[in-house]
Amino acid sequence: METSESPASVGPVLRARGLEKRYGDGEGLVQALDSVDLDVARGESLAVMGPSGCGKSTLLHLLGGLERPSEGEVWLAGRRVDRLSEKALARLRRRAIGFVFQAFHLMDELTALENVELPALLAGSSPRAARQRATELLGQVGLTDRADHLPAALSGGQRQRVAIARALSNEPLVLLADEPTGNLDTAATLDVLRVLDSLRAAGQTLVIVTHESRVAATADRLISMRDGGFVEETRLTRGTHGRLGELAGLES
Amino acid sequence: MGRALLVVRLAARDLRRRPAETALLLLAIMAATTTLTLGLVLQGVTDKPFQSTREATAGPDVIAALFPRSDGTVDPAQVKAVTGEPGVVAHSGPYPVAGAVLEAGDRTVVAQIEGRDTAVASVDQPKPTRGGWLRPGGVVLEAAFAEALDIGPGDRVTLSPIEETAPGSEPSLQASGAGREFRVDGVAVTAATPPYPEPACLVNLCQGGADTGVLWLGRADALSLYPRRDSFIYVWNLKLADPARAPAFAAEHNPPADLPEGARSSGPPPPFLEPWQVIRDASANLVDNQRRALLTGAWLLAFLAVASVAVLVGGRMADQLRRVGLLKAVGGTPGLIAAVLLAEYVAVALLAAAAGLVVGSLTAPLITEPSAGLLGSAGAQTVTLSSAGVVTAVALAVAVVATVVPAVRAARTSTVLALADAARPPRRTAWLVALSARLPVPLLLGLRVAARRPRRTLLALVSIALTVSGVVAALAAHADLPNGSGSARADRLDEVLLVITITLVAMAAVNAIFVTWATALDARRSSALERALGATPLQIGAGLSAAQVLPALAGALLGIPGGLELIAMADPDSSSPSPPLWQLLAVVPATVIVVAVLSAVPARIGARQPAGRVLQSELA
Repeated sequence: METSESPASVGPVLRARGLEKRYGDGEGLVQALDSVDLDVARGESLAVMGPSGCGKSTLLHLLGGLERPSEGEVWLAGRRVDRLSEKALARLRRRAIGFVFQAFHLMDELTALENVELPALLAGSSPRAARQRATELLGQVGLTDRADHLPAALSGGQRQRVAIARALSNEPLVLLADEPTGNLDTAATLDVLRVLDSLRAAGQTLVIVTHESRVAATADRLISMRDGGFVEETRLTRGTHGRLGELAGLES
Repeated sequence: MGRALLVVRLAARDLRRRPAETALLLLAIMAATTTLTLGLVLQGVTDKPFQSTREATAGPDVIAALFPRSDGTVDPAQVKAVTGEPGVVAHSGPYPVAGAVLEAGDRTVVAQIEGRDTAVASVDQPKPTRGGWLRPGGVVLEAAFAEALDIGPGDRVTLSPIEETAPGSEPSLQASGAGREFRVDGVAVTAATPPYPEPACLVNLCQGGADTGVLWLGRADALSLYPRRDSFIYVWNLKLADPARAPAFAAEHNPPADLPEGARSSGPPPPFLEPWQVIRDASANLVDNQRRALLTGAWLLAFLAVASVAVLVGGRMADQLRRVGLLKAVGGTPGLIAAVLLAEYVAVALLAAAAGLVVGSLTAPLITEPSAGLLGSAGAQTVTLSSAGVVTAVALAVAVVATVVPAVRAARTSTVLALADAARPPRRTAWLVALSARLPVPLLLGLRVAARRPRRTLLALVSIALTVSGVVAALAAHADLPNGSGSARADRLDEVLLVITITLVAMAAVNAIFVTWATALDARRSSALERALGATPLQIGAGLSAAQVLPALAGALLGIPGGLELIAMADPDSSSPSPPLWQLLAVVPATVIVVAVLSAVPARIGARQPAGRVLQSELA
């Protein structure tokens, strides 16, 4: 289905048209994504909900250039990206996209600080600048005192906050989060939601894939997916108190 | 019994499930066992032909060289002191011996000529193997020397006196006068010198360097080559009542080695005596050198096989973790799990030992092909019980050393973790992480990949260090060979060195590919994550290659002193040979380039795995 116009005054920072993704062939053909059109405005927070296997993660991977679509187009900041070479896609991810995964995907042998500075180092920042930025980001997610801890010594919520800090290392245009609270308990979920809320408030463009309605309720807009396609779109008011945690019913 | 059957059945099925890996394991261990077998069966391989030759030629127990006085005669007192000794039961001689330039067709070599009688001597009568013994105007060549020169009865050769050279300088191939042509009457074997291509010189007095061979001609013909009688030395062949006493007899009469220069008399040098045992050992010199090279190579290959098997097993264990979990879930004890995993590799090792013993025994005659200079053959290359035991023990040691750590680790993994197929957590090396942050992205990634699995990195380093050690030792041995390439003796040993070097390099190449592939598999998740964070496939591939090149660089640098130490240990008699400097300098960049090229393909494949799917499957 066609999505509505972006609420933002500027044009969409992320756009998809006729996006399809198929795996396998013949009788084993799986249509993971089917004719999806999407616009995400700069500064917008978008939640994508749906049952397991409906194509949410595939959509996120296509938007972030981790996979290539079978059909359709993906545009980022006015530039078509689905036809870029692997090298160009890598550069794009480095500069314009931040990923947050359900399984955190932190480097087990690196401390929290070293994990967060890694994207900056990959982007060619000086070790000093990368370290300084990583320290700031860990402060933003409230983990300054855990900077030198290995992932194994962190709780689930702390790990995900480190992953969010890492995703912000190169100041991406868009942050793509795949079930960011999927592996977390209620308290840790609240911690992560607070961080996401502060990002939204700071104008960070967010696309959050989730199957949890409380997380989805924190977004500006909610899209529901089923069988590889969009089935419903809802614009959210973000609560009466303007506090994301309260809206999500996670704190009193 | 039932438990043992279960272990065997499980091990056999797993081996059949992965035929390619099993074949590679077999080949890796077999390279070591075959080389070791060859080295072991060459022990004493020339003793039998030498004894046959000694019996057939009435070989001397001691050969005595006496030096003439200025008038060309030998001091009778010196002769009596040697031939008249109690214990000497027979002797022949004196025979004049000198060097000469031999021209045969387009070949010009230095020969040691011995003036002999046409009559049969009671001691050291060379036995013709083709043609006959001397006739007036003819010559007879030592059989292996004749074979190397492709000369036979009926051919003609030209002999000329050797031009005098300054003492201590290289012998000259320059003839000092017009040569005389001789007819070749025959070729013969003798036990008075080692056969060509060993320096085949009577009483070890070679005038022509390493490639000298012996030639007999009539006494008058020999004396006619040089106008001065003191150009010759004179040789007596002695038979002792007790041949075993020959070394002691020679030692009693030879001048002490540490005799000060001033203590020598102004007359001719004292006699020099050589016992038959020295000639026997020198006859085996070539094979002994080959044997030393083979045994050294075998140990290097055994260590390389450990590295190959360890990397393969490590990779397989990661893959087998889920299977381990299933076995444990249905009641398998850690002991049973370890037994199944060990049984697989022990079975391969036993098969490799058997195959190595057979192939080594069958290949040995190619190396020991009896010299034409000795009678009979070395006989069938039989593997003794002790040799078979050593080869089997080495094969089993390779398998057990390489397998025991991952097998025990897998057996001790918790069932839940094993069923979840959880990857073994990587190691953290803080200083390397900090250091790598200051490096370009490929080196940053490479150093961190290498640091994640220090044991595998160490194996890669050791593998390269051993290979480079072997190559440097082979280059040093080659450089130490007399006359360098082109010498028949050098060529024979060079062939063995070349085969060992090629095998070492091939094993190291296979190791480099194994290690890179295992690293790429192990780093799938981190590589996918780094790609999600913006690293290009080229950077990831270069990082995986750098993870191999960095230990290869360290290995190559360690391999150079290692190789020089190796050659010193393998050949303690040599004076610390070393390859030319340019070869040593070329070894390091050549190693790095070869490893970079070998690791490029598996690294590139590993770097191009779809990042999204890898990260998604990790989640699943």
